[in-house]
Amino acid sequence: MSAAVGVPAATAAPAAGRRAGRTGVLGLLRATGAGGMISAVVIAVAIVLAIIGPWIAPYNPDLPNLSLAWVGPVGGHLLGFDFEGRDVLSRLLAGAQSSMIGPLAVVVGAMVLGTLIAVVSAWRQGFTDTVASSGLDILFAFPGILLAVLAAAVFGAGLTAAAVALAIAYMPYVARVLRGAALRERGRPYTAALEVQGVSGTAICLRHIVPNMLPLIVAQATILFGWAMVDLAAISFLGLGVQPPAPNWGVMISENQPGILQGYPLPALAAGVCIVGVVIAFNILGERLFEQAQAVRR
Amino acid sequence: MSAAGAERDALLSVRDLTVTLPVEGAQRAVLRDVSLDIRAGEAVGLVGESGSGKSMTARAIDRLLPKGAQVEGEIRFDGADVARLTGAALRGYRTKVAMIFQDPRAHVNPVRRIGDFMTESLRTNLGVPAAEASKRAASMLGEVGIADGDRRLRQYPHELSGGMLQRVMIAAALLTGPALLLADEPTTALDVTTQAEVMAILDELRQAHGLAMLFITHDLDLAAAICDRTIVMYAGQIVEERRSELLHSDPLHPYTAALGGARPDIAQKASRLRAIPGRPLSAFEAPAAACAFAPRCAYAQPACTESVPDLAALGGGRSRCLRAADLRGQLEAAHV
Repeated sequence: MSAAVGVPAATAAPAAGRRAGRTGVLGLLRATGAGGMISAVVIAVAIVLAIIGPWIAPYNPDLPNLSLAWVGPVGGHLLGFDFEGRDVLSRLLAGAQSSMIGPLAVVVGAMVLGTLIAVVSAWRQGFTDTVASSGLDILFAFPGILLAVLAAAVFGAGLTAAAVALAIAYMPYVARVLRGAALRERGRPYTAALEVQGVSGTAICLRHIVPNMLPLIVAQATILFGWAMVDLAAISFLGLGVQPPAPNWGVMISENQPGILQGYPLPALAAGVCIVGVVIAFNILGERLFEQAQAVRR
Repeated sequence: MSAAGAERDALLSVRDLTVTLPVEGAQRAVLRDVSLDIRAGEAVGLVGESGSGKSMTARAIDRLLPKGAQVEGEIRFDGADVARLTGAALRGYRTKVAMIFQDPRAHVNPVRRIGDFMTESLRTNLGVPAAEASKRAASMLGEVGIADGDRRLRQYPHELSGGMLQRVMIAAALLTGPALLLADEPTTALDVTTQAEVMAILDELRQAHGLAMLFITHDLDLAAAICDRTIVMYAGQIVEERRSELLHSDPLHPYTAALGGARPDIAQKASRLRAIPGRPLSAFEAPAAACAFAPRCAYAQPACTESVPDLAALGGGRSRCLRAADLRGQLEAAHV
């Protein structure tokens, strides 16, 4: 069973059309194995917390109480207090949102731009492809963090500038992988058949080529989310992303860093564990999905 | 130039078509000086071995050549120069010239329903509303002998057999109301029994809709059976054009005669099939100044290797053989 699932519709797996949807998502997850499913659960929890975190935080995440600074777990405060005496658990929950939405913006931006460039250059080929590929080569030379620091210097520190810069920095990776897939799809006889039916290039790309690349697009986006999260946390750590006192996991590591040296590592570690956990989950799921996507296209 | 050259009223007219493709840096010829005409409503067969250029001819007509292909010569459809068409005009032309492919399964997006596939061009190109397009698709499926059209439209390609899918392709090709059908070995990938069925449907519908057809096959007899005229290609060139019923009894080119002789005859006992000696040449291997078939030809003379013969009019057809006139009458006799 699991071997047949892969991408629900592309393989000839389930016979009846009406069942395809259900076998689709669940079957795909089952095919990614135990690691993939655990990762999916971790990601789902992180997403739910990002949405409802601020409401379920037991205490006000922004209320300092210097007399409680660096106090460990006591009473209802499961993870203790940070350097300003704020409840760490509440800050983690409230910070989930900005920690997740940044990478999401990066991923959406990079995927949309990357897919567009990939499909256009695979469809047009020739000169367009050469120009696009050279452009990507140049972009490859800039590390994401460097671009983000540059953007922060020009547009001021904040999540938006950093996210835009990272989206541009990641776009070449997406475009390079998807271009290969788009070329393969372009070379399939059915696109020629659609062409001779008089279907326009735009319609073939939007309605056939991109949907058929979707497994790969999803896998890429998933892996990318992990990278973006690490990079954005690093940027926030450097003080160029989300600005304190707003709660954010990257910011929390940065501001509680002195505690690690002073023997109070819990606040910084807790935020670090959150980031590492989510990133690993995204990486595992992404790679498993990628394997599935590749297996389907043989 | 030749008999066909005089036909100015042809629906499709191909003149001196030469196509080269880039292979490892060099441009290699795949078609050389191909000229042919198809009148409205006429079925023309295009016969040849693998690599003789018959599929390339169809692809050139439908502007489906690979990137980097260099095209010389002229293709006119309804008076319009096909090479100059772009954008909407090209899409319009393609709805007028429908193509049926050898392998239906490869030529349909596997993740889309049959209905999406069949109605796509109607909806996006001709602006037919979705409900109306589906209705037309279902009734066209009825014409190709698929009764429960509405159900089929909701199915996916993998749920249909090869023969069924090829019928769907034929129905889809006819939906946009084409004037010319390019059928590229439409039955080669099918079972023998299905082949006959699909062929009968194709022939019947073509006549019912008054379509012209360029029927590409390697089966000389099949082409002769359903086409008014048959064109034989060898090494990227047309070597003979002839009314189909005369192809066997009065061939004009030794290659055609040899092809006819190389097929098994069910009515006769023969210990061996007469194969053509040597191997078929690819178009790019063909000599620039000699008859491409000369090395394998039983009638070759020194003159045959001195220049490429013209495709000359003879007996109502055309033949690219220096000795066509001398050999006429002997060719068929030698092989029966």
